[in-house]
Amino acid sequence: MDFLQLILTLDSTVRLSVVLLFACLAGLFSEKSGVVDIGLEGKMLISAFVAAAVAYETGSAWIGVLAGCAASLIFAMIHGVASIIYRGDQIISGVALNFLASGLTIVLGHAIYKKGGQTPTLTGNARFTEITLPFADAVRDVPVLGPIYSELISGQTALVYLAFAVVPAVWFLLYRTRFGLRLRAVGENPSSVDTAGISVVGMRFKALFFTGILCGIAGAYLSTAQAAFFGREMSAGRGYIALAALIFANWRPLQAMGASLLFGLLEAISNLYPKIDVFGVVTIPVQFTQALPYILTVVILAGFIGKASPPRSVGVPYVKEN
Amino acid sequence: MDKMPRWADVALIPLINILLAFILAGLVVLAIGQNPFDMVYFMIKGALGSTRGIGYTLYYTTNFIFTGLAFSVAMHAKLFNIGGEGQAAVGGIGAALVLLAVPWPHWTLALPFAVIGAAVFGAGWAAIPAYLQAKRGSHIVITTIMFNFIAGALSIYLLNGVLKKPDQQAAETRQFGDGAHLPTFNEMLSPFGIEFSKSAPVNFSFVLAIAAAVLVWLLIWRTRLGYDIRAFGNSENATAYAGISSVRVTIIAMLISGGLSGLLAINVVMGEAERLILNFVEGAGFMGIAVALMGRNHPFGIVLAAFLFGMLNQGGFELLWEMPGISREMVLVIQALIIIFTGALVNMTRDPLERFFIRMNKRAG
Repeated sequence: MDFLQLILTLDSTVRLSVVLLFACLAGLFSEKSGVVDIGLEGKMLISAFVAAAVAYETGSAWIGVLAGCAASLIFAMIHGVASIIYRGDQIISGVALNFLASGLTIVLGHAIYKKGGQTPTLTGNARFTEITLPFADAVRDVPVLGPIYSELISGQTALVYLAFAVVPAVWFLLYRTRFGLRLRAVGENPSSVDTAGISVVGMRFKALFFTGILCGIAGAYLSTAQAAFFGREMSAGRGYIALAALIFANWRPLQAMGASLLFGLLEAISNLYPKIDVFGVVTIPVQFTQALPYILTVVILAGFIGKASPPRSVGVPYVKEN
Repeated sequence: MDKMPRWADVALIPLINILLAFILAGLVVLAIGQNPFDMVYFMIKGALGSTRGIGYTLYYTTNFIFTGLAFSVAMHAKLFNIGGEGQAAVGGIGAALVLLAVPWPHWTLALPFAVIGAAVFGAGWAAIPAYLQAKRGSHIVITTIMFNFIAGALSIYLLNGVLKKPDQQAAETRQFGDGAHLPTFNEMLSPFGIEFSKSAPVNFSFVLAIAAAVLVWLLIWRTRLGYDIRAFGNSENATAYAGISSVRVTIIAMLISGGLSGLLAINVVMGEAERLILNFVEGAGFMGIAVALMGRNHPFGIVLAAFLFGMLNQGGFELLWEMPGISREMVLVIQALIIIFTGALVNMTRDPLERFFIRMNKRAG
């Protein structure tokens, strides 16, 4: 593999990992506050559809993102009402919302655009285009650093830069603010938070607010930046990979970025190099590369490498003592 | 008395919740400019209006009985097995291997071995998450999700490799022999002079599914093991004091659950396709969660719920012809809303009803 090929692989990695990163951070908020969310997939999907449709109708990709976030937020709030207020089963709620998104996106898409659930192709400002950073062309011929700057760092869409800017912001919010402390406490030991006079219900809803917004951006990225239309089942299981990345990252924001990049790299490799020859002895099939994120997550969960330590009260509805 | 009457708990609340789901689904249909009553009419007509429709409905019902039972057995032990999708897919590989390996002379011989193949492979796929949950505390929800995806990759790999029919593009095995053909309802009923549609895929597996429901009922409520499973599901601590091994219960419950999921392959792979194809599970594994939920984890309820979901599935296909403005994924919306109201939001109707009944009782007493 020569250097340019490496750069192109990494470029593809960055593009593919952005969705995972937003969704993974979305899951982080929810799970840190004690609410399991296997509905990341559905929220991404509904947002991808709404973002593409609204971007098409208004001609603005940014309005599309906002609309996608709103749709994802509604789903997050349904999950909240079911699991926080009515102490419903969080897994069931997540599964149901994933189904709802699968069905609703196609029913609405079919009714509005009559293209079997697909939305019309976005052009011009209705989609995110690549931003060329200053001097990208000038330094292109500088050895090593030139291609890294002009191919990898420059020439990404705005949402890519946003994703990597959000990571330190999330870290700061969770670990350096009073809000973050309370949010983490509510996922570890909700009764202590309750005793301190802080509303467990309120904290968890605030966490789900961030989950909704971040999942919304993840979905909008799929349909307005990575592609320029919405296609049925577009999220294609990425919500679950993001969940895997969250476990892989052991529920920490900076590691979430690492895990998303790793899983993005695996996806890029499986796209670019379907068959990998290892010294001409074994051929690694593309299916193995595709399954690797899931296999790695199981290994981590099994505790053979590292130790998964989820928030202690994750998945448990909080019932106030009388 | 400080509780709701049993009939309200078992019948009234589910009915109200299903009604709410249908009202909301009706609003979606109105929103896309279609008539919801027409939709219900065409769906019921499509699902029950002919022996062909009934045959398809029962075919889907068979799938949902297997996956619903599978989910419920694990749920009795408080294990959330959402790996039905993957376990059924791997069960298909097991059934196919059995049916391809031997030139079976007659289906009565082929069926028991195919059942064993499907169940063992399905159970095997549930075994690793079960072991990891029991011994290493890995959360079964996450591991079974991961195993669904690994099963998908494995199926694609095998069906594009060793299992693929030679000289062909499609990722599928060769046809099983004639001796592996399960009788369809048409063939089963014609000796009795009953005419049943030839094109409907419902087959002997339906009988198998009903038998499985009876066996699950016996297992859960009439055997020592079933008692252990239910006890473990109710209180892990109590069972530990009673000397019931949590590892044993977890693993056995998951093996039975995975095996039942695997049996879906008997209906689809052996009964309908008569060869192994890709993605034959088609979400039935996930739908089993809803079916078990609606059936309140009781085999009788599961059979009823499976029939309702089978009707929805088949009715949805008919919509394609009768109301082209509504995409068939509307069925998914209805099913999702049913899960939300009967599962996630069940306390939204239960809490006020419970208060209502308690107040009524106080007044009467």
